[in-house]
Amino acid sequence: MSAQDQAIDVHVPAFSVPTKKLAMWLFIIADTMTFAACLLAYGFLRNATPHWPRPFHSIVNVSLMTFILITTSLTMLLGIEAGKAGDKAKAFRWIMITAAGGAIFAFLHIREWFELIGEGMRMFKNPWGTGIFGASFFSITGLHLLHVTGGVIALLVVGIRYMRGRYNADDLEITGLYWHFVDLVWMFVVPLVYLMNLSR
Amino acid sequence: MKPAEIPHRKTTGRYFVTYLCILIIALLQFVVALTSSGNERELLARLLILAFIEAVLAVLFFMHLWTDNRGLLWFVVIFTGFVLLAMQYGWTDSFRILNGVPWAR
Repeated sequence: MSAQDQAIDVHVPAFSVPTKKLAMWLFIIADTMTFAACLLAYGFLRNATPHWPRPFHSIVNVSLMTFILITTSLTMLLGIEAGKAGDKAKAFRWIMITAAGGAIFAFLHIREWFELIGEGMRMFKNPWGTGIFGASFFSITGLHLLHVTGGVIALLVVGIRYMRGRYNADDLEITGLYWHFVDLVWMFVVPLVYLMNLSR
Repeated sequence: MKPAEIPHRKTTGRYFVTYLCILIIALLQFVVALTSSGNERELLARLLILAFIEAVLAVLFFMHLWTDNRGLLWFVVIFTGFVLLAMQYGWTDSFRILNGVPWAR
């Protein structure tokens, strides 16, 4: 409820949710289903296929990526808090830091892809085991990377428009919801795709 | 009626606490994976439980669902939970592909 509404004591129905926020939540729920379906299909294949590769011999890169993504969720929240407090400059700085973190994550991810491709991994063949591993790995992590990239672009656009006065703190919060969702998906991708396939 | 606004310092403090909890749980996931005895089912169960706890913390506190409209919280929980549970029907098929149909022999 805006300050104006509070001043004139507008009655807000008990179950109302701002339209934009509800729309973002509906999108998040739908996208959750997409990722759940991808991860389930991956689990199905992994369970039903013998000789599943375990190519990940180091956890350094994936742990660094995880740390960066979780930290960007915090910086996003700090930006939203600054926005709600009316400090535009501070909010913009935190949003840009969040976008930078997302860009670093994307860079590390692409670098990891190139390393795996350099080791011989392709969409339907690899030197370690069943060929379908590549397709499942690249499709799941690629879909997540696409969401991260889209999120970085959204953060930049929303952050700049917020500074110019076109968007307000509520819009930052709604963009933040999407960013937290991207982080949330990664929390499931890491154990299922990476940690279950550590080389022993 | 919208829930009362929580003081700024309290909210920021809550964010930091949630952030640290999520980091610790993520670290635990790595430790569990590295020290795993080799039993895949056990490893998967442990990792999924930790991931679920992380997700709950992120959804409730990072995405503000805890302090937001209760109706929205239940809407998200019920619809997401229902579809995720309904997706699990396919698991018996993956075992059938690996082991064959039990009554076919």
